[in-house]
Amino acid sequence: MHLLLHTIRPRTEDRDRDQRSKANICSSKMGGVVRPGAGTGSRVDRVALDIAAAAGRARPVVGAESRLIEVPGPLAPLFPEGGLRQGTTVAIEPPGGGASLALALAASVTAGGGWVAAVGLSSLGLVAADEMGVDLRHLALVPAPGRQWAAVVAALIDGFELLMVQPPAPARPVEARRLAARVKERGAVLLVVGAQRWPESPDLRLSVGRPEWEGLGAGHGCLTGRRVEVEAGGRRIGGRPRRCSLWLPAPGSGRMEDIVPAVALAPVVEMRASG
Amino acid sequence: MSRPARILVAVWPDWPILAAGRSPEERAVVVSANRVVAVTVAARAEGVETGLRRREAQGRCPGLEVIAADMGRDARAWEPVVAAVEQLTTSVEVLGPGSLALATRGPSRYFGGDAALASRVCEVAAAAAGRVCEVAAAAAGRVCEVAAAAAGRSGGCQVGVADGRFAAGLAAGVAPPGGLVVPPGASRGWLAPQPVRALGPGLAELADLLERLGLPTLGDLAALPAPAVLGRFGPEGVMARRLALGLDGRGVQGREPPPDLAGQAIMDPPEQRVEAAAFVAKSLADELHSRLEAAGLAATMVAIEVETEHGERLVRHWRHEGALNASALAERTRWQLDGWLSGAASGAPTGGLTRLRLTPLEVRPDGGRQLGFWGGTADADARAARAMARVQGLLGPEAVVTAVRQGGRGFAEQIRLVPWGDARQVPAGRPSGAREPADCPVPWPGRLSRPAPAVVHQPPRPADLCGAGGLPVEVSGRGVLSTVPVALAVENGPFQEILHWAGPWPLEERWWEAGGRRRALIQVVTSSGAAHVVSREAGGWWLEASYE
Repeated sequence: MHLLLHTIRPRTEDRDRDQRSKANICSSKMGGVVRPGAGTGSRVDRVALDIAAAAGRARPVVGAESRLIEVPGPLAPLFPEGGLRQGTTVAIEPPGGGASLALALAASVTAGGGWVAAVGLSSLGLVAADEMGVDLRHLALVPAPGRQWAAVVAALIDGFELLMVQPPAPARPVEARRLAARVKERGAVLLVVGAQRWPESPDLRLSVGRPEWEGLGAGHGCLTGRRVEVEAGGRRIGGRPRRCSLWLPAPGSGRMEDIVPAVALAPVVEMRASG
Repeated sequence: MSRPARILVAVWPDWPILAAGRSPEERAVVVSANRVVAVTVAARAEGVETGLRRREAQGRCPGLEVIAADMGRDARAWEPVVAAVEQLTTSVEVLGPGSLALATRGPSRYFGGDAALASRVCEVAAAAAGRVCEVAAAAAGRVCEVAAAAAGRSGGCQVGVADGRFAAGLAAGVAPPGGLVVPPGASRGWLAPQPVRALGPGLAELADLLERLGLPTLGDLAALPAPAVLGRFGPEGVMARRLALGLDGRGVQGREPPPDLAGQAIMDPPEQRVEAAAFVAKSLADELHSRLEAAGLAATMVAIEVETEHGERLVRHWRHEGALNASALAERTRWQLDGWLSGAASGAPTGGLTRLRLTPLEVRPDGGRQLGFWGGTADADARAARAMARVQGLLGPEAVVTAVRQGGRGFAEQIRLVPWGDARQVPAGRPSGAREPADCPVPWPGRLSRPAPAVVHQPPRPADLCGAGGLPVEVSGRGVLSTVPVALAVENGPFQEILHWAGPWPLEERWWEAGGRRRALIQVVTSSGAAHVVSREAGGWWLEASYE
């Protein structure tokens, strides 16, 4: 009981002493951050800190408990586990469609409160990002990383869940391997847009094909939506690539959606009066 | 309660104007986050005030020059003035770009009283500022005839002397040329008629509450009993009451920091570039802050000290009214290093920097921070912020940006990029927190409808459209295509057949002034299945965006 009371409201002088001792421990062993006012019994505290320090030292280099990042519903059939596994490298292959697909994945990450960084994607359509549902407050952009792009990506891996990267020049194999290893260790996902500049074989390859645009006629209408086929291959998929068809973007919402056969498209309206 | 020390505060109103190299006779404003923060004398005569929105200011004063705010530039320009004032006395504290403070006890006796010291500081600061302005004007490629006299005439340096920093700061704000001296012991009486708004932006909420409770002046607040103020308004109220009484806000809690808190970094090889030194400063500031935090302390004044390979030692004290957090500390260190390394002042270091030391001079117990209940600072946000700060250290603060949606017709114009760390303020005319509806057709007719293209080429890539029989496609003044487009080529590449197309959508923007644009957009789908937006502008076709 005494201990409990002590835990809830330490007397001022106790707290002072605790903080002093915590400060010493922190500066000597961990260099970590302890919030003031969170004081508990000093012995318990010291043991807890020791345990934390030991756990930090003993942490395996490869993330053993990687989790899944949810993907947009229509994409789920592409992934054997139903989501993006943390610590993997995904490459989006040409031709075309990469930016929309990357934005759709980014939208699902920011929807869960995660952070997304875009390195080297100087021409990313940010209005489209907003329409796709990406939370722009959680999207950091480094449009022109220059030669230091690999260092920039390495620094960002620590704080971001999804990194969209377009190397300004073909990546060197050693850089690519180092970044992939770091991603694996930190549990982020590296999304390489423009796979031709990535020398290593990624865990997953995504490509967008067979685009069919809706809404545009011969001199009238305007673009509303696109049906595409997304194909997934690579090490994690195994032998046969997986495919699915979906709207990217869908008419009306501008987001990624399943193709529902019953969806009736709005008729194309003649925009310009004759004469 | 002992009387606080006599303090002299010198402020230079509208310092950013001078730092940008504009003379008071020019009509110019400095704008930060769409709000006017500094105004020239000429612009003020036309009714422009600080706090106005940019467009409102331009409306009041046609031909107004708008300069973007840059705290780093202001701090860099302020450094020579601080160095000049330092010739009069030691221990000058920088409060921010455009303001400084010093204790008057010694120098007042030497120069013959507070009033004499105040006018002396005015003169010295005006002379130094005149030189700064000449340099800034030369850097901006302009002729600026701001000599010390002109600087003095334009309101120049305002100096206030009083008991305590707060009263001195207020006195400086309203000081006539030559300075305002509040006699010793008279600070409380002098403060009494001042409005509670004068408590400053940090206590604005409290000031608002006090006003609504019928306590419009500092005298009313000072007359309340201390226990009642603590009970009703908490520690913040007690601090405000102490300020109103002419005492130092935090009372006697400030204490000498334990000596092991100072952090230093040794740079080998010696560093001459500001960016690299600032990167070292950033990690040093983080380290110092975490050490202070672990000790439950927050720094209110920090000494920034460098040594050079030639054995020079430069020190400058920076004070902050609240507590200096890690990023504020790193920012101030960067400004200071920038001021030293790129300054032409006589005290500029002659060699590379070998040692950087940050010493907390005044600390106080950290009251802690109440995290928000909804959407507070989560762990992930803090990690992301740290990662972005590191990249800013690598590439510079403008390299990491976040996007804010704003009104506009073109795809690039609908996005405003804000460097990470700057305020993501909502554009003018909307309450904070409001978000523009994505499909808001009212103010921007002519905008293309959803979906937006996922790739926006910046700058647009040159393209070529050709019609049947190889005829060039043109858009008439009435917005009609000369012929049906059948093929598209991008940057002299091969022509691709156009399957579908629509348009043109003419866009005429700002035709009433020089920066206006006149263009027409068309959407095309090529045989490869790719969809593009192509624009006609200035006699050429441009690939604006692609729906990838």
